[in-house]
Amino acid sequence: MKREAISALRARRGFLRKIGGAGAAVAVGTAGLMHKVAAKSEPAAAQKSFPTPDYDWTKHRWAFGVDATKCIGCLRCVEACKRENNVPLDAHHFNTWIERYVYLEGEDKARIDSQQDPVNIAASGSEGQYRFANRYQDAKVEKAFFVPKLCNQCEHPPCVQVCPVGATYKAKDGVVLIDAEYCIGCRYCVQACPYGARWFNEEKGVTQKCYWCYHRITKGLQPACVEVCPVGARVFGDRDDRDSPISLFIRNNRVQVLKPETGNAPNVFYVGIDKEVL
Amino acid sequence: MEHLIQYAPYTGWVYPNETVIEWSVAIVVYPYITGLVAGAFTVSSLYQVFGFQRLKPVAHLALLTSLCFMLFVPLPLLLHLGHPERAFNNLLTPHLTSAMAMFGYFATFYIVLLVVETWFAFRPYIVEQAQKRIGLIGSFYRALTLGSYDVSETALRYDRKWIFWLAIAGIPGAHGLHGYVGFVFGSLKSREWWSSDLMPLVFLFSAIISGVALLIVLYVASCKLRRTPIDLACLKGLAYTVWAFIIVAFVLEGLEFANIVYKGREGIEMIMTFVTGPLLFPYFVLQFGIGAIVPLLALSYMIWRGTTGKALVVGVTLSACLVLLSVFMMRWNVVIGGQEISKTGKGLLTYPLQVFGKEGLISSLSLVIAPLVVLLGITRLFPPWEHKAAP
Repeated sequence: MKREAISALRARRGFLRKIGGAGAAVAVGTAGLMHKVAAKSEPAAAQKSFPTPDYDWTKHRWAFGVDATKCIGCLRCVEACKRENNVPLDAHHFNTWIERYVYLEGEDKARIDSQQDPVNIAASGSEGQYRFANRYQDAKVEKAFFVPKLCNQCEHPPCVQVCPVGATYKAKDGVVLIDAEYCIGCRYCVQACPYGARWFNEEKGVTQKCYWCYHRITKGLQPACVEVCPVGARVFGDRDDRDSPISLFIRNNRVQVLKPETGNAPNVFYVGIDKEVL
Repeated sequence: MEHLIQYAPYTGWVYPNETVIEWSVAIVVYPYITGLVAGAFTVSSLYQVFGFQRLKPVAHLALLTSLCFMLFVPLPLLLHLGHPERAFNNLLTPHLTSAMAMFGYFATFYIVLLVVETWFAFRPYIVEQAQKRIGLIGSFYRALTLGSYDVSETALRYDRKWIFWLAIAGIPGAHGLHGYVGFVFGSLKSREWWSSDLMPLVFLFSAIISGVALLIVLYVASCKLRRTPIDLACLKGLAYTVWAFIIVAFVLEGLEFANIVYKGREGIEMIMTFVTGPLLFPYFVLQFGIGAIVPLLALSYMIWRGTTGKALVVGVTLSACLVLLSVFMMRWNVVIGGQEISKTGKGLLTYPLQVFGKEGLISSLSLVIAPLVVLLGITRLFPPWEHKAAP
């Protein structure tokens, strides 16, 4: 157990060094990697191009947990994801983002903001850097919390249902992937996702979204956002493994999912969110 | 020079990725011209299948109008696609759970049907021209005869049978094509503004009124251009048709809105803020008020008073123009309006209309005007008003 913790720590340290020192190089490298990952449609292990030849997608059932009570809104996850997955460094395209909910004294409804908010952009100094502005310092805050958001890799994904050419599909391990070489760029999936998780890459002419760092998890690594979270607000693992962090998270907490009424059956499980969170 | 993307300003709370509005004015134009196709075909069918004799003067014009607009239906979609060169993936590997997957097949089927029906309808004229004309244009008509010069009564009866059955097949074809466009929006559960069982019907009936209205305008304009008298019985027939279908379309659109309001599900406050704020003018004033209620009242008055002559022509034509505006606004309010209401139900966005660019205002307007230019050209080659044979 201890050895595992040390190795995890080492991996994390290495990863942080990597994103700090050679962000651009990593971005370029992963772009190529993503390409390969996204291009597959048959069992991963059978494909030569797949970056992890011994990976068997029938042997895993990935899931993600978010403990909103732990999130401090530092946005390291957003930064890491942007660099790891080559997401445009602006305030309008996100694989993952953090929402801030603030109830002021005497108000019934939360004030909600996120990285696209002009006040937050002004506070960070540019659209490519992410920070929550200290906008409530003079207000009487009754309740406040952060909620990390990302693709829910739904059990019944509406984005997959509506894709006219089958370019986006659900892998056997539960992750919803996009074949960037087959996507026609119609953006019907962007419309169909009720969570706003998909975005269109104007330069590449295809839709993109979070895929739980598929290029990492198939190598036994954690998604970048999980790796960098300093407080453990993000939990990832294999539900087929009873002792994995995610299995423990789901078993030991009363978890909920976003917009359950849609019937999409998300695979991101939340703890500590509020009625206002959608 | 405009930027590649313009971000949508917003109020309230919207998801960060929503600040890029993905379906532009090109996607407004797409259902608009598809609707004109279906509506114009309805007029042609009313004559060919249902025997509305008074619509005879516009029956062939309706067919040509439908064909010309149909040729442009795929264009806004191709302009919109991130990878238009992959558009054929839709035909090669249709993903059958997608409401959009059948588009290629529907559209192809319908274009072929229109071309074949037009050929049968104009065959006597083509044969006549092939025998009369010389030079390049003569060769064009001779090629179009496909080697068949038989215009005997037996052959024409055979043609009429074909036209009849093609028109019958075209009715579900045209209306299926358009009802399906409504389904593309209505079947999505992510947006309260779109998610409605009535959406296909709303699209269908608004399509019919837009097509009939377009024919009214085209018929009157063509008579003026050709300095020929307007057949008032025909115009009245078209006015009755548009009047009857406006009522259905209006009731359906009203019912749809009433459903959203009455059910009052999550996000209804934002929808009400939207329709009483930014959407007040485009929705209540243009789409419902000026576009539907005014022509409905005007047409009702003219039918009641038995208006005829110049007053009828002016009244019906103006009403038709308003209907065309109303249906365009309906498409706008669905496509753009739907995206302006955030999926969070807690915020509103403003669509930043671009003037230039492949999905800008200019290219989209060109897509509405281009079929009319083609129609102008095609009526020179196949005059829908001169030939006598093949009713």
